Formats: sequence, structure tokens, C-alpha cells
Amino acid sequence: MLDNNIQFSPEALNLVNKYIAKFPEGKQKSAVIAVLHLAQAELGGWLKPEIMDYVASLLNIKPIEVYEVATFYSQYYMKPVGKYVIEVCHTGPCWLRGADELIAYFENKLGIKKGQTTPDGMFTLKGVECLAACGTAPVFQCGMDYYENMDNEKVDFFLDKCRQENKVSRPYPVMN
Amino acid sequence: MGIKILTKDIDVPGIQNFQVYRSYGGYNSVEKALRMTPDEVVEEVKKSGLRGRGGAGFPTGMKWSFIDKKSGKPRHLVCNADESEPGTFKDRYLMSKNPHILIEGMITSSFALGANLSYIYVRGELMYVVNILQRAIDEAYANGFLGKNILGSGYDLELHVTCGAGAYICGEETALIESLEGKRGNPRIKPPFPAISGVWSNPTVVNNVESIAAVPYIVNNGGEEYAKIGIGKSTGTKLISASGHINKPGVYEIEMGVTVEEFIYSEEYCGGIWKGRKLKAVVAGGSSVPILPANLILKLANGEPRLMSYESLSDGGFATGTMLGSGGFIVFDETASIVHNLWNFERFYHHESCGQCSPCREGTGWVEKILHKFLDGHATMEDIDLVADVAKKIEGNTICPLGDAAAWPVASAIKHFRPEFEWYVTNPEEACKPGAYYTGDKLVLA
Ligand SMILES: Cc1cc2nc3c(=O)[nH]c(=O)nc-3n(C[C@H](O)[C@H](O)[C@H](O)COP(=O)(O)O)c2cc1C
Ligand code: FES
Repeated sequence: MLDNNIQFSPEALNLVNKYIAKFPEGKQKSAVIAVLHLAQAELGGWLKPEIMDYVASLLNIKPIEVYEVATFYSQYYMKPVGKYVIEVCHTGPCWLRGADELIAYFENKLGIKKGQTTPDGMFTLKGVECLAACGTAPVFQCGMDYYENMDNEKVDFFLDKCRQENKVSRPYPVMN
Repeated sequence: MGIKILTKDIDVPGIQNFQVYRSYGGYNSVEKALRMTPDEVVEEVKKSGLRGRGGAGFPTGMKWSFIDKKSGKPRHLVCNADESEPGTFKDRYLMSKNPHILIEGMITSSFALGANLSYIYVRGELMYVVNILQRAIDEAYANGFLGKNILGSGYDLELHVTCGAGAYICGEETALIESLEGKRGNPRIKPPFPAISGVWSNPTVVNNVESIAAVPYIVNNGGEEYAKIGIGKSTGTKLISASGHINKPGVYEIEMGVTVEEFIYSEEYCGGIWKGRKLKAVVAGGSSVPILPANLILKLANGEPRLMSYESLSDGGFATGTMLGSGGFIVFDETASIVHNLWNFERFYHHESCGQCSPCREGTGWVEKILHKFLDGHATMEDIDLVADVAKKIEGNTICPLGDAAAWPVASAIKHFRPEFEWYVTNPEEACKPGAYYTGDKLVLA
């Protein structure tokens, strides 16, 4: 069902058109992955069904084609999550260099377990697989950015910065 | 210091900008290639002996010569920048620090293939790299190296960067193609191979970032010059991502043929094992390749030093060898638990299985579960053979090689470190204590 309250800003619509223009005529479905990233960034941080329906209408594809994609990829959230989703790498090479300790520190600081969201809706702590940054372990990704060679002090600094900014942070392709 | 091809200018200030890159000889290969015929460029790449750097090591020039030109359909070059194999971070390093080397390689390679529409597919987590590449592409367009009639040659190329959204399987080339088409990343049954039917059923070549970034050097200097670097059929240089228990983790460009010992212990590369500890094991080519104990990674079965090359790393087959794979070199010191690490890797494969093939979807889950029994102190001796058996039944029984990738680490860990698995069974209280590690008398350290 289309919900008329769900609408991209003009700037975001402009981006959507640029994503679509990367593909030949009639292949606009290819843009769905980028548009879903943008939808999370602009429309509340997670993909409720109405948002997926809106994305389908923009790309002129069936809603099921969007659901199929949204439920496959790990960066899309099918349930509400925090404004900041802290995606800590817990794969082998990071584990060898302190990923468990990093996660424990976050758990302790935020008072939640891996997989949970703080009651104020600010942070979700997530364990993710190798982020291609094993040489600067331990690492996490949040929004557009990578945070490498992490230690407790850097984590404190990061959390303070987020609390000051206090806005939904999700990655999406930026274009001029 | 060995020869540097891919990382020669990587630390030049401002190399991310077109003008700086150009002033260091950047984009010369495009000018040169456009004065050649596409087939001549393919010929140079064949002569170079360049082998795909994504993991499989397939000769790049040969792959290019398979692309279907007869059907008259549009052709595409797709760069695989999904980089998700645990232990591998070289493509990210290269793209984020020197994006233009990839753009240049994409233009020269697309010309060789007769592709007029090409893509770079980057994993979604690396969105900041997507944005770096987008800026580099925009600059290349603005300077006449992309778009219509490049440098007045009559050759047109549109190049775009696209992204994924979190899925290791999208590194498998047919899954990547599905994802590029805006679908779930389910690998396709081959044949047809992408060279015949790839993106939108058009002939497509998929190549790794590092493979494509090597093309400018090959075109500028000739395939024969490139083939002089390296050893045997392992020509050129290779980016190695070094991680784990070493003094200096990072990306190193090596000339193929450096000894493993030099790579681990010299100051030029890993700088030795950290904290003054001993070497226990290495996973040499990303999480999917067999793990080797210290003695076998440093020396071949016949006692000769093992080298960093395709042939030398795979010497001895799966009995005493491994593979170069993606060049993800993960080092384990004497305190590392092989059992725990294996469980960690298998959790990864279970999480990343796309779910199409039952042996992989179900098998990886059971492997993960059984391995966890060891960490909980509940495993039995039979579980060692059971987990090996389940892994064996995944291998070779799936559409794509993710199943094999999940199975090989199990087989090799049990083969080379069986006493450690047994220790978890016979001494669970000791083995499961935080900070405990196996010190059995059969353990070989270096
Ligand atoms: C499960 C799986 C994951 C893969 N991941 C990657 C990857 O992240 N990057 C990559 O270049 N190749 C990856 N490959 C290999 C690709 O399928 C393909 O062989 C490669 O991109 C070809 O490029 P090359 O010939 O230049 O190596 C993967 C293969 C499998 C089976
Ligand atoms: S294992 Fe954490 S980034 Fe690779």
C-alpha cells in the first residue's frame, strides 16, 4: 500500500534519478540497491513495508521485487534500529586482535548486548562479518565511515560525537 | 625493496586527484591502447601471464579472449570490488588511496574487450570508497577520458560505480551479476559463462580490482616486461593483505617468489610475530584456503623454502599445501586456538550461504553447531569425524564454490591440528578456560 506521507525530498529524488541513469533504459531495477540505501538514510533508518512499496513505485517494479532484495542483504534493516548502527567486525582476523574485547566494551558502555538497541533509540550494536579492514583490527563501520585500530578511548570519543550530532546515520552513494 | 607496480605512487600527496595522478604518468596506457587494436591489447595481457587476483588465478588474457564478439550484443566489463573474503583488504586499500589506477585500468581493459558500458561493483559497507571512485570517474569524464569519442579515437565508454548492501556471496561473479541487475545475490548455474551471457544476458567479463589495476603497467611496458617479474607462472607483483598476530599488519606489494619466511619475518613486510611469540599457523590466501602449521607454511614437504607464488603455496596439494587465493595472509601465534578460529570461520560461511543449495545452507549450519560443542566443552571424539564428514558432503555438491570454501578450512584444520581438537574433548575444563591454549607435545611452532 502506498502511503502518501512517505516521500523523498527533492534532493533525494534527484539522487534517485542519477542512480537510475547509470543503467540502460528499461534496466532501472538495477538501481534498487542504491535506492534502498538512500531510503534508509532519508526515511527513518529502516525499511518498513510502506517504504519498500514507495521504492517499487519509483522504480516501476513490483513490490515483491523490492522485498526480495531488502530481505537478502545484511545492511538493510527490517525492524527499527538505532540512529547509529555500530557494525563491529567479529570475523577471525579481527577476533585475533581484540574484536571480542571491543564488543564487550561497547556492551558495557551502552548497557546492551550485541544485537540490541539502547532504550533511547540512539545505538544498535551489531556483530558483522569481515569488513575488509583486517589489517587495522579491531574495526567497526557506522554510517558512511570506518573506525579502525579501535581502543576504549576512541570508542568514548565516537559515542560522544554521535550523541552530539544525534541524527540517523546510514550510508548511501553521494553524487554531484 | 622489490619492484612496485600497483603501489608505486600510492603515497604521493594528492594522488587521488586527476591532475596529480596524470602528472605521474597516469592515463598514459589509455593513450597508448587507443593507438593499438583491441586484439593487440588482449595479446599483451596474454603475454604478461597476469592471473586473476580475485582468488582463482585464472589467466586474465585468456578469459578476455572468451568474450562473445560474434553475437553483436553489447559487451560489459564489470570490476569485482566486493572484497569480502575474510583476511583480504587490498582492494579497499588500493581504491581508497589511488582510485585513478582502477579507472585507468577499466578504460584500457574495456577498450580491449570492446565494451562501451562498464561497471565497478563495490560492497555496500565500503560506501566511502564508492564516493571516492565516483569523484575519480567524474574527473575522468571532465578530462575527456570517459564518455563519447575518448581523446578523439572514436571509442565511447560509459563507466559507473555501483554498490552492494552486505553479502559475501556477491563476490562470486554470477551472484555479483545478479546483484548488479538489482536482485538477490544467488549464483547462477554455469554454463552459460558470463563471457557468453552475463549482465542482462550480454557478454560480460568480471575481473578483480587488482587484476584490472595491473593492466596499465602491462600496456605501457609490454606484456613481456611484466612477465619478467615474478617466478614461473606466477608473474608480476601481488598485493598481500597481512593480518593477525604480526608486528606490522597491512597491505604489501610483493614480487611473486619472495620466501614465506622473508615475508613473515623481515622488517620490509610483516616484521615477525608480535609480542616475541612463536608462529603456530597461517591461512595464506583468505579464510577459504587450507590452514597450514608453521613447519609446512615455511617449507615444502621436501624441505625447500616455500615461496609466495601460486605454484609454491599449492605445492603438495591439500596434503601439505594450500593456495595463494586472494592473498589474505592471516597469521596465528602460539596462543591462538585453531578450534575457536575454525568455529568463527564456519559461522561466517553459515551466515553468508545464500541458501539456494541444501548441502551448503544446511551443512554450514551443522558444521557451525558441532564446532560450538567444542567451545562449550560438550564435544565427543566422534564429533571430530562427524564435522569432517558433514563438511566433506558440502564440497563439490553446490552451484558455486562457497560450499568448497566452507569445507576446506574444516578438513585442513582437522588434518593438521587433530590433537588440539582431541584436547578440547579430553580436557574440556582446561581448554575452555579464558586465555587457555593448547601446548601439546605434537604441536610444531616456529
Ligand atoms: C563465494 C565467493 C566469493 C568471492 N569473492 C570475491 C571477491 O570479493 N572479489 C573478487 O574479485 N573475486 C571474488 N570471487 C571470485 C570471483 O567469482 C571471480 O572469480 C573473480 O572476480 C574473477 O576476477 P579475476 O579473474 O580478476 O580474479 C569470489 C568467489 C566466490 C566463490
Ligand atoms: S576480519 Fe574484521 S575486517 Fe576483516
